[in-house]
Amino acid sequence: MELKDIINPNNLVYEKPKLLTENTMHYCPGCSHGVVHKLLAEVIEDLDIQDKTIGVSPVGCAVFAYNYIEIDWQEAAHGRAPAVATGIARTNPDKVVFTYQGDGDLASIGAAEILHACNRGENMVVIFVNNGIYGMTGGQMAPTTLIGQVTATTPNGRDVGRNGYPLKITELIAQLPGTSYVTRQSVHTPATIRKCKKALAKAFQAAIDKKGTSFVEVVSTCNMNWKMTPVKANEWMVDNMFPFYQPGDLKDSSKTDPESYTPLKN
Amino acid sequence: MGELRLMKGNEVIAEAAIRCGCDAYFGYPITPQSEVMETLMDREPWDETGMVVLQAESEIASIHMIYGAAASGKKVITSSSSPGISLMAEGISYIAGAELPCVIVNVQRGGPGLGTIQPSQADYFQSTKGGGHGDYRLIVLAPSSVQEMNDFVELGFQLAFKYRNPAMILTDGVIGQMMEKVVLAEYIPRLTDEEINEKYGSWATNGRKANRQRNIITSLEMDSGRMEKNNIRLQEKYTKMEEEEVLFEEFSCEDADYLLVAFGSSSRICQKAVDLAREKGIKVGLLRPITLFPFPKKPIAALAKQVKGMLVVEMNAGQMVEDVQLAAGCAIPVKHFGRMGGIIPSPGEVVEALEQKLIGG
Ligand SMILES: Cc1ncc(C[n+]2csc(CCOP(=O)(O)OP(=O)(O)O)c2C)c(N)n1
Ligand code: SF4
Ligand SMILES: [Mg+2]
Repeated sequence: MELKDIINPNNLVYEKPKLLTENTMHYCPGCSHGVVHKLLAEVIEDLDIQDKTIGVSPVGCAVFAYNYIEIDWQEAAHGRAPAVATGIARTNPDKVVFTYQGDGDLASIGAAEILHACNRGENMVVIFVNNGIYGMTGGQMAPTTLIGQVTATTPNGRDVGRNGYPLKITELIAQLPGTSYVTRQSVHTPATIRKCKKALAKAFQAAIDKKGTSFVEVVSTCNMNWKMTPVKANEWMVDNMFPFYQPGDLKDSSKTDPESYTPLKN
Repeated sequence: MGELRLMKGNEVIAEAAIRCGCDAYFGYPITPQSEVMETLMDREPWDETGMVVLQAESEIASIHMIYGAAASGKKVITSSSSPGISLMAEGISYIAGAELPCVIVNVQRGGPGLGTIQPSQADYFQSTKGGGHGDYRLIVLAPSSVQEMNDFVELGFQLAFKYRNPAMILTDGVIGQMMEKVVLAEYIPRLTDEEINEKYGSWATNGRKANRQRNIITSLEMDSGRMEKNNIRLQEKYTKMEEEEVLFEEFSCEDADYLLVAFGSSSRICQKAVDLAREKGIKVGLLRPITLFPFPKKPIAALAKQVKGMLVVEMNAGQMVEDVQLAAGCAIPVKHFGRMGGIIPSPGEVVEALEQKLIGG
């Protein structure tokens, strides 16, 4: 058998999603962002909505997300993606809009914007990559940083007396009547990656069906700033993050109360 | 002729926005401009033209909603007053950096801080020199009547789309709150999606069409060489505005020995002051910059060769006076007269200041 017999479309079992660009990703090897991007590209492709999807990438390691997926994108200021997405969604009600936000972005500087966008039930998808740290700026404490967790600004571990408590913002979001689907996922094993993809597909379908805000948290690693190997980071996440940020659906009104959601008036 | 009405300046902003085919207004209440959103909500334009009106959770959110909608090729407007504009500074800088068109109305009140709800012109520096971070400019229009509040909404959009740059209507509590007769604009239909694709398809992020590359709206550029090029392109745009878009008005300047320079509501007071001074035998003219950026440097430089001195009248501690001094040069004295804290100068005070500061009476 020669190489050309092996590299043959008939033998294809896996391929790069068509919507992923050829640009080299700037993420650290092992970073969760790359996996989430791939899933996002697959879901948009599967739903065939690339011509009507607009992504909003605010400041954070994923600010360059627009380099990697072949759709229209808007880069946004730190924390403001939900407001930017509101502006797009309200004036383009037939389009599918999503934000892609880090935990510093969403739960700290942009806490007001995310709560109000979700509370209004803006028709959009929120992808919330929670790695418990400020990745882009070199690993400072985020509102999601666990008690005792070492970061650049908590060198002796997060101390409640000095820094307050880690914020379970997804639990807050799930309380808001504007959200129809709120879930917490991860992408550290093939099985969880498949589950996360299903959750993303469901969230985008909800946006197509105008069900208000769908919110997908992905508990993630930042092996670079956690100062761990990717494998060790995954283990640390399972052992330390999951007990506090428990994976699973927090709200799924398509199951519990499909009629409860009042669609937005434009 | 269009429909004639007696209306408040703030109400006219709302009416003009609906009539010029705006796609959306996003805003947050603050005195003395809350009537803009109140009028819009009362008019319910979503039923009439399909215009979206949304009360945001803050001015920060409003301006970023403007960013999002403007980036998708929509015609969008917001309004606020001084403290709210300070909060918007971040978003305005992003909008300028990403080169997006929009209209922002600042119905100024007195500062600094929470200051006063009374009128002021103390945001001249903030509006004309940038306001947020980075090297950028707004197109700044200064209406002096309720009629101009109407006219400058569509004019602001025309300039904003021509240059892909935010335009600001810089007005104040006097003009926002006062009632005057106004001829309303005719209705312009909102653009359809097809029209937006045709006109702005090269940049608008409204869904990647099969016939084009994906569009990306961003102000981010990590490569210094490319970032400098972006900055140079912006600066060239501002230079072109200075060459082509300057608007101003002159009153009684032909034989003037002295010149008043004032914008917006101060220019209304100065018109009366010109009459008072001329009754006293002092030949005074008035130059009213209509665009504060681009600033009417040339007409001021020309008048500097004719008059013996200039008095810049502003409701602030002396801001536009710096631009007038730069334009006029050093050959003649250029002085400032202003009131602050929400106090509106009287025409008599202006003439008195002219006599004291320039004529030496
Ligand atoms: C207004 C503003 N403040 C601060 C920053 C600096 N900054 C850039 S990214 C970032 C934190 C990002 O953390 P997160 O949202 O968790 O994203 P991650 O990089 O971890 O994915 C900060 C503070 C900024 N760009 N803008
Ligand atoms: S710094 Fe952290 S979040 Fe950023 S790319 Fe590297 S691993 Fe990912
Ligand atoms: Mg983070």
